[in-house]
Amino acid sequence: MGIPLDLLLEAVLFGVLLGGFYAAVSMGLSVSFGLLDVPYVAHPAVMVLGSYCTYLLVGLGLDPIVAGVLLMPPFFLLGMAVYRFYYEAFEKRGAEAGVRGIAFFFGLALIIEVGLILAFGVDQRMVEAAYIGKSIEIDEIRIPLRMLVAFGIAIAMTIVLTLYLSRTFTGRAIKAVAQDEPALRLMGANPVRIKQWAFGIATAVTALAGAMLIIVGPVEPGLDRVYIGRTFAVVVLAGLGSMTGTVAAGLVLGISESIVLIHPNLGASWAPAVSFALLLLVLGVRPQGMFGR
Amino acid sequence: MRFWIGAGLAILAAVAAAALVSYEYFFFAGYTVVMFIVLSTAWNILGGHAGYVNFGTPAFFGLGAYTAAVLYKATAAPLVVQIAAAALMAGALGFGAGLLTLRLRGIFFAIATIALTVIMQTVFINWRYAGGATGLQLLRPPPIAPFESYIKMLFVLMVVMAVIAVALARYIERSWLGRGLRAIRDSEEAAEASGVPTLRLKVLACCVSGALMGAAGAPMPMYLSYIEPESTFNLNYAIGALASPMIGGTASWGGPVIGAFLLSSLQQIITVTISSEMNVLLVGVVLVVFVVAAPDGLLGLYRRIFARR
Repeated sequence: MGIPLDLLLEAVLFGVLLGGFYAAVSMGLSVSFGLLDVPYVAHPAVMVLGSYCTYLLVGLGLDPIVAGVLLMPPFFLLGMAVYRFYYEAFEKRGAEAGVRGIAFFFGLALIIEVGLILAFGVDQRMVEAAYIGKSIEIDEIRIPLRMLVAFGIAIAMTIVLTLYLSRTFTGRAIKAVAQDEPALRLMGANPVRIKQWAFGIATAVTALAGAMLIIVGPVEPGLDRVYIGRTFAVVVLAGLGSMTGTVAAGLVLGISESIVLIHPNLGASWAPAVSFALLLLVLGVRPQGMFGR
Repeated sequence: MRFWIGAGLAILAAVAAAALVSYEYFFFAGYTVVMFIVLSTAWNILGGHAGYVNFGTPAFFGLGAYTAAVLYKATAAPLVVQIAAAALMAGALGFGAGLLTLRLRGIFFAIATIALTVIMQTVFINWRYAGGATGLQLLRPPPIAPFESYIKMLFVLMVVMAVIAVALARYIERSWLGRGLRAIRDSEEAAEASGVPTLRLKVLACCVSGALMGAAGAPMPMYLSYIEPESTFNLNYAIGALASPMIGGTASWGGPVIGAFLLSSLQQIITVTISSEMNVLLVGVVLVVFVVAAPDGLLGLYRRIFARR
């Protein structure tokens, strides 16, 4: 290896922060794909859309985190609408839904991406805030404050979402629909309405993740293509639908990426492949993930 | 028989065009259109029949292109050898990737193939000999005897490859392989229970489909006299290869051919007259409209209208 210990330590520390961020951007997908089984390949595109909406709101003088929270209600409605449409067009028709559902979300991602290019151009966009660009130093190890903010929001998001899914009535209903939909139907509940609600929550969480994405670094319309790999790798590695698993998997990805980044023989040009290699490895060796159901 | 007459006519038309038309851009654009016919036909073997969505077209296509380029750089091998080597390499990739991921449900295969694309791209960005991130400039050899321009030669070659690809897809569709794959699409459990060797068929289909995509990529370095990882492993190839069968219809070999012909021609026109962003937007919109409103594609629409009369 030949990496000095202090450098390695710094990489691990940075990896933990990065991992928290990766967990946060994957949280929405962990609900929509992990729990609801919707092949939501448009998830990263929706997140980038959230970043651009944040950019617009920050332009009006808002703080990016406040902007992200404000975006949650409209994105919640958007998510409900998307699921409703998906259900009517594909899930209801049954058998052949698989291929066409994936193609549909792929097309949706494409439309969002090109729409953003047409509206904003291909240039990178970023936001300004008091905590962006500064860093705190502990024993010569520099921690960028923006990463710390993103990490904090990620942890808060995970706790809220985990509590919601395990403690509240609707949260438990969402878990129930993931476990056994026909049984829920027999109990007299309407699984479609519950899934629609859950999809709304997943999309709202994605909006906040989009705000964090633009806090952590500059954003461009094509960024979603990189995050397809990262988010799906995290969700699959976690074991579908496990929230604590999502955090653990995010940390694994974050730490691996930041070690590859400082490794003398590998470096930045190999970093994009890390998540995908991890994903292939998990799919090949342990498809049910670390915390699989 | 009618199929083979049509195939012969297609090749004859391509040769005649090469002899009579002197406007080079026609062949430059035509090459891309015919290449997408090959890619879509190849995609449909696994995607249309078995219902496994492959986003990895650029991985197979790009591996084929790089195999050809590296072989040419190392040994100056003739184009036909390059194509054969590209098909072999991409077929092997299809075999390996298929074995690893085709045991899983469809969506996992789809994501794994995206992963494959990014990993391949990263490998070639980091491979110095193949030009790394900046790419590799290639000097075209002179065109072979009857052709006076290289682009025309590549165009005719691609038409021949398209005919081979379509003939192969048609054969697979009617053989035990096609029947087995359709059984998998309708119900994998039922197929497995009735003794269909599901994994073996899927891996075989993935292998053939990958080899065809690799072959389609092989002439690309010569077509551009240049190769570079960013554009070679571009996700737009995946989009084209997936959208065309959806538009034309996935049920039979005619669908991807019609879809690719219409979509790529339209794309060429829009890229030239409006912008390349508009062209990608068009594909996205058309894809969504077709999967929602016409799940059986143009051929399905045609049959439905025809049956009503």
